[in-house]
Amino acid sequence: MAFPGLLNYWFVVILMMIGFFIVIAHGNLVKKIVGLNVFQISVFLFYITMGKVDGGSAPILAEGIEVYSNPLPHVLILTAIVVGVATTALGLALVVRINESYGTIEEDEIGAMEDDA
Amino acid sequence: MIVVAVAIARLHNLFAVVMLTGIFSLLGAAAYVVLDAVDVAFTEAAVGAGISTVLMLGTLALTTSEERTAPRDRVILALVVVVLTGAVLVYGTLDMPFYGDPMAAIHQHVAPRYLGASGAEIGIPNVVTSILASYRGYDTLGETFVIFTAAAGVLAILGRARGPGTSKPTKAEREDAEV
Repeated sequence: MAFPGLLNYWFVVILMMIGFFIVIAHGNLVKKIVGLNVFQISVFLFYITMGKVDGGSAPILAEGIEVYSNPLPHVLILTAIVVGVATTALGLALVVRINESYGTIEEDEIGAMEDDA
Repeated sequence: MIVVAVAIARLHNLFAVVMLTGIFSLLGAAAYVVLDAVDVAFTEAAVGAGISTVLMLGTLALTTSEERTAPRDRVILALVVVVLTGAVLVYGTLDMPFYGDPMAAIHQHVAPRYLGASGAEIGIPNVVTSILASYRGYDTLGETFVIFTAAAGVLAILGRARGPGTSKPTKAEREDAEV
């Protein structure tokens, strides 16, 4: 019990903060979406580690297995992964459209153009 | 995974960044297998590592693959914000149950009922599938609406400007149908 303890949550927090850092520190719109993806996967990991039970096996009913991990977070994350891809696709479509209008995907260049106009 | 994530944050070649994102996703899928979430793992491997990477590569093909360096003061400000937020979150985890604790609150509510009764009620051994399709069927219906909306949105954004290149969301939809 002593070893993993709370370390799994801290691992998730580190990954989450790297994703957050990518989103706020970079001006490139594709990079921002990548950062969102990293953040997203760390949230998924957070849910899945919460569902883990010591000595449990995957939640597929079988003879002779008594302990299963919690299936509910798995279901929620299954839905979230697909929704995540949908949002990623929409975001990338917006990026392509912005590139068509402004000829750049750097946030501050777009801002400068807006100020000029 | 942390190493890959740091590499993603530091690299400026967007092509390499996208490839690393695929690797990151695949490592995540491996972690899910270790954590007993096999269904999630193969969805992540197919959708996260596969479709997302393809979508991003498509975007790079239509835009640019080099990123300009972020201004220094902005990076420092971002680091300060991130470290502060991280510290608050770590403080928050101090109240969490330990990893793998069978007495954690999350395992006490509806999960035992799903595990105990779904085999007799739904008749399929995979509990994740029975929850997804039956107990929480409305969630899955809502998910389908979200994908439809995203597909419609992508079509609305890109459709006027260009005919092809709009087949992206349908690919995601097909994948979802398989999952």
